[in-house]
Amino acid sequence: MNKKEMEIFAQKIRVATIECIASRGFGHVGGSLSISDLLAVLYGEVMNVSPEKKDDPNRDKLVCSKGHAGPAIYATLALKGFFPYEKLFTLNQPGTTLPSHCDKNKTEGVDMTTGSLGQGTSLAVGLALADKLSNRNAKTYLIVGDGEQDEGQVWEAASFTAAKNITNLIWIIDWNKKQLDGYNKDILDPQNLEEKFKSFGFDAITVNGHNVEEIYNALTNLKKNKPRAIILDTVKGHGLKEVEETFSNHSMTVGKEVWDKWIKILKDELTSMGGAM
Amino acid sequence: MSIIYDGNKDEVQFKSAISETIKNLLDNDKTVVYLDSDLSSCIGCNKLINEYDRAINCGIAEANMAGIAGGLSSGGMKPIIHTFGPFASRRCYDQIFLSGGYAGNSITIIGTDPGVTAAFNGGTHMPFEDTGLYRLIPGAIICDVTDIAMLKCLMTKSINHKGIKYFRVPRKDSYKVYSNDTDFEFGKGKIIKELGTDGLIIASGIMVYEAMKAAEELANKNFKVTVIDPVTIKPLDEELIKQYALKCKKIIVAENHNKIGGLVSAVKELLCGQNVKVSHVAVEDKFGEVGPQNYLQEQFGLTSKEIVSKMISL
Ligand SMILES: Cc1ncc(C[n+]2csc(CCOP(=O)(O)OP(=O)(O)O)c2C)c(N)n1
Repeated sequence: MNKKEMEIFAQKIRVATIECIASRGFGHVGGSLSISDLLAVLYGEVMNVSPEKKDDPNRDKLVCSKGHAGPAIYATLALKGFFPYEKLFTLNQPGTTLPSHCDKNKTEGVDMTTGSLGQGTSLAVGLALADKLSNRNAKTYLIVGDGEQDEGQVWEAASFTAAKNITNLIWIIDWNKKQLDGYNKDILDPQNLEEKFKSFGFDAITVNGHNVEEIYNALTNLKKNKPRAIILDTVKGHGLKEVEETFSNHSMTVGKEVWDKWIKILKDELTSMGGAM
Repeated sequence: MSIIYDGNKDEVQFKSAISETIKNLLDNDKTVVYLDSDLSSCIGCNKLINEYDRAINCGIAEANMAGIAGGLSSGGMKPIIHTFGPFASRRCYDQIFLSGGYAGNSITIIGTDPGVTAAFNGGTHMPFEDTGLYRLIPGAIICDVTDIAMLKCLMTKSINHKGIKYFRVPRKDSYKVYSNDTDFEFGKGKIIKELGTDGLIIASGIMVYEAMKAAEELANKNFKVTVIDPVTIKPLDEELIKQYALKCKKIIVAENHNKIGGLVSAVKELLCGQNVKVSHVAVEDKFGEVGPQNYLQEQFGLTSKEIVSKMISL
């Protein structure tokens, strides 16, 4: 995909994410929207993955350790053809295969079960290590929340990644400055994340997480012989001004009119970009 | 005390009662410290964090929070910690066990969203094993909270009680079972319905509501039972349970937890070797899943209907 196509894909992910959550009436809006551009770059261009390749051990994998961003992952997978789009409307319904939090045993295309914050980091290290030990030329992409990095396990996994020089694992931190109760800086100030990763021995960079070109360059230009970490400077709720400006935008419950309005805003934007669902 | 259960929801939700109780405790005792791990807004306690130096958000770091609580206790403070049930048990278990229990420190732990009440957060957030884990900590107190009267009374008492004290509490709907003036004690169960001795239902937490419904349904079939709320699963009111078990002979234990490790196990261990029949209405050896609470209760068989049919076929 070229830049324009990735931007359109990102917008389609936002539409599908909100349609998915709207079908249930509530859900994790903020942290799903903040990774929409990243997912467009990963699934649109960077990752070697497709429904046809799902059983290929040499394909790339994604671990969304902030498992509550499930709707954004499901939106992306539906658009990539892993399952029919209509399935997005079963989110959290009785018997669903699309639960709030990512589950590799339930959903086609989901590579790891997550939801207990912090745990996805070590799981991703293990996945990457398995590829390395099996001489497979595959990469694992790990998405970690900035609130999630409060967990000590994240730093245990980071130490291991650096100490054992796991270079087929790319750490991506969604630095949207917020977690559940509010702003990171008021809850447990993460200080300088880029410096933290560098001090662990990573090649680390901070880029605009809503600029597909910057994300793409970061994913492809970091030193290949070192553990890599990308800090994505993002906005929680990106793409919907009203959500961005809401203080409590982690999990949101709004009425049908509001969901419809938000879907229309996102679809109009998509049309103006020259795209269509 | 009077039993005021009428099947109607309390106008107050558990979360407001939790925050009100924590606030009172902070006001009345300058050594009380409340710690949360980025879920304070889920129990209406975010305001407390701005108002009190002794209300602190630890971030999403439950094991660290539990360890800090142990240290606070050693330093003469009385810590209360909160997070969702799985993170208040599994995620910080060794810290609660060693830095808390073994080190002789005292911590009040609130684990919200027990079992199926985790509903839309799904399997990763749905503890069916927390009671079992806490039962294995020597001397720990475990309360599967039934209603707001019980919550307020026992949380307040827990502050000056030494050791590890675990409360599993839903955040949302509560049904009134006890009048507000009810006094509760650790290790003292309550008879909440006494229609006869054809059978005995021992139920805790949200299963108390199901047990009350089941007792009525059974009475309609001319099967008259007694219902006991153990109040604390540990210590268990062994005397009361044994006394009624021997009178009633047929016993159903009902809990919103795996049948292994929790109230079901505790009662079966107690009655082992007695001339009684015991069965359970609890989660079979399964992981949680996502969905509305009523769907999950059906799915895992945590209903009054299930209590009735198991009692009749015992
Ligand atoms: C171990 C653990 N503790 C607590 C939670 C509850 N929880 C879910 S999301 C969340 C906030 C996450 O913040 P962040 O990682 O910044 O995610 P984002 O803001 O990107 O959605 C919390 C506390 C959890 N899922 N796992």
